[in-house]
Amino acid sequence: MTERSFPVEAGHVLMFARTIGDDNPVYRDPEYAAASEAGGLIAPPTFTQASAQFDPDYRLRPKPGEKWWGSASGPGTMPEGGGGLHAEQHFTYHRPVRVGEVLTFSSRPGATWEKNGRSGRLVFTEQITEYRDESGELVVTARAVGVLRHPAGEESR
Amino acid sequence: MTLSAATLKPGDARSQVVAEDLTRTQIVQYAGASGDYNPLHTDEPFARDVAGYPGVFAHGMLTMALTGRALTDWAGDGRLLEYGVRFTAQVWPGDTLTTTATVREIADRDGVPVALIDVVTTNQEGAPVMTGSAVARLDP
Repeated sequence: MTERSFPVEAGHVLMFARTIGDDNPVYRDPEYAAASEAGGLIAPPTFTQASAQFDPDYRLRPKPGEKWWGSASGPGTMPEGGGGLHAEQHFTYHRPVRVGEVLTFSSRPGATWEKNGRSGRLVFTEQITEYRDESGELVVTARAVGVLRHPAGEESR
Repeated sequence: MTLSAATLKPGDARSQVVAEDLTRTQIVQYAGASGDYNPLHTDEPFARDVAGYPGVFAHGMLTMALTGRALTDWAGDGRLLEYGVRFTAQVWPGDTLTTTATVREIADRDGVPVALIDVVTTNQEGAPVMTGSAVARLDP
């Protein structure tokens, strides 16, 4: 279980809030935020998902020296085990994430289960990620469930 | 805005449009901010010709983030204790998404009043694209 460092940066939070059309000053205006109930700049509820930016092994980002699988001169290629979708996401908030702090996160596998759907076998995989602050206290616990379809007739791998 | 246990009651609900005629650019913005560059969401030739979809579709996490905005607009900043969802249908460019949050129960958690909230986000056809629940801390 590798621990990664996740600096919660003001520009990153601003950018994230913009993507969801949220102009709430608690995400961008330090003076407003300091005087508000939050007591300072905080991050939107799903912001910890953007910790992917700080995971050197994250698969869904092009990396120097590695061929990317999206389109270029050709349409691209589906990587091994690719085509999975996000089925569920759950967050437990122990406290809000604050701009300026450095969180540490690590992920571990959770349960795996299967369902037989009309179009084949669906394999669900759970991953649990804990975000802790500098004193080791839990800030956010995230549980993701991914689903990958194995078309009917395909051998299981 | 914050909510009070003294005035909020089960069945209270609020609806908010969280995306109107969703643009591909907004999906690209989410890819950039979140770091999720899966070409399914931003790369039309890949989504169509390699993955076999009609075209690109939004990250589930974009819908969850948009829906989260409706929750924080209602319950206040930094007041969510839990937020969990299941993605039930794809969100396509051009979709208009509306979130409806409904109070299921007012409860007490370690001496703090909380609202247990059901949340559903639907597209312009009225089809749910995401369902879930949240727990928000209330004022007494």
